[in-house]
Amino acid sequence: MNSLELRYTVDSEDFTLAGDAASRIKKKLKRMELSPDIVRRASISLYEGEINMFIHASGGEIIVTVSSDEIKMELVDRGPGIEDVKLAMREGYSMAPDNVRSLGFGAGMGLPNMKKYTDELEIESEVGVGTTVTMKIYIR
Amino acid sequence: MTIDNIREILDCEVICGEEHLQSDVHTACGSDMMSDVLAFVKDQAVLLTGLVNLQVIRTAEMMDIICIVFVRAKMPDENIIEFAKEKGIVLLSTNYRMFVACGKLYEKGLGGGERI
Ligand SMILES: Nc1ncnc2c1ncn2[C@@H]1O[C@H](COP(=O)(O)OP(=O)(O)OP(=O)(O)O)[C@@H](O)[C@H]1O
Ligand SMILES: [Mg+2]
Repeated sequence: MNSLELRYTVDSEDFTLAGDAASRIKKKLKRMELSPDIVRRASISLYEGEINMFIHASGGEIIVTVSSDEIKMELVDRGPGIEDVKLAMREGYSMAPDNVRSLGFGAGMGLPNMKKYTDELEIESEVGVGTTVTMKIYIR
Repeated sequence: MTIDNIREILDCEVICGEEHLQSDVHTACGSDMMSDVLAFVKDQAVLLTGLVNLQVIRTAEMMDIICIVFVRAKMPDENIIEFAKEKGIVLLSTNYRMFVACGKLYEKGLGGGERI
């Protein structure tokens, strides 16, 4: 299988567009020789990450690289950063404001879902600088 | 059961996706929080929700969910309907509340996957 690199800029102006990058990437992944389960796990993880960029970090960039043995997904933002990553990873932990909850987000399940659906998850974050989330899904 | 069975049990209005009513559905999930829904992955699932926005459709798309039932007579706007059509997702609307809608489907044998 050929390798592939995809880059998307996430602009947080318009919430109706939240998830557009994940949707576009899913379409591309579907056309590759990947199992539907892998495509779904990658799409959900990207979607959660993209929504987090919208809600918590005013946008950022998504870089997806597919090689013969893994899908690597990097989400880079220059948002406020996460003070306590371990706490943020806990199921049910959310700092989302109420207006976000009325949009259907803020259950504190996004990061745990990303962990659950990927084989590797690494979060590098510095308060006031930004957050980089790197996820990998093994293809075999 | 089929999507058409769901339509009948919940006395739904079909908003779009008439042509997919004979598709099989194996499990269901009911929530207004999208990350709760995203924690649940099963094949050929239906989503029951009281939330109406584009992210509901996107959530379904990411999960390969084939049918969304809006409870409490919620109605999506044209934008949302067009978006669901593009993705081939069936939209239904029922007058029942979430609890009752889920209960009715469960009673007729639709499962919700195992305990977490
Ligand atoms: N990119 C980010 N930048 C800054 N803070 C973040 C970022 N991603 C997550 N966080 C913080 O970590 C918390 C937990 O994130 P998580 O995705 O698990 O839950 P949530 O986004 O609050 O709710 P949900 O994902 O269930 O809709 C968030 O509430 C937020 O405070
Ligand atoms: Mg989140």
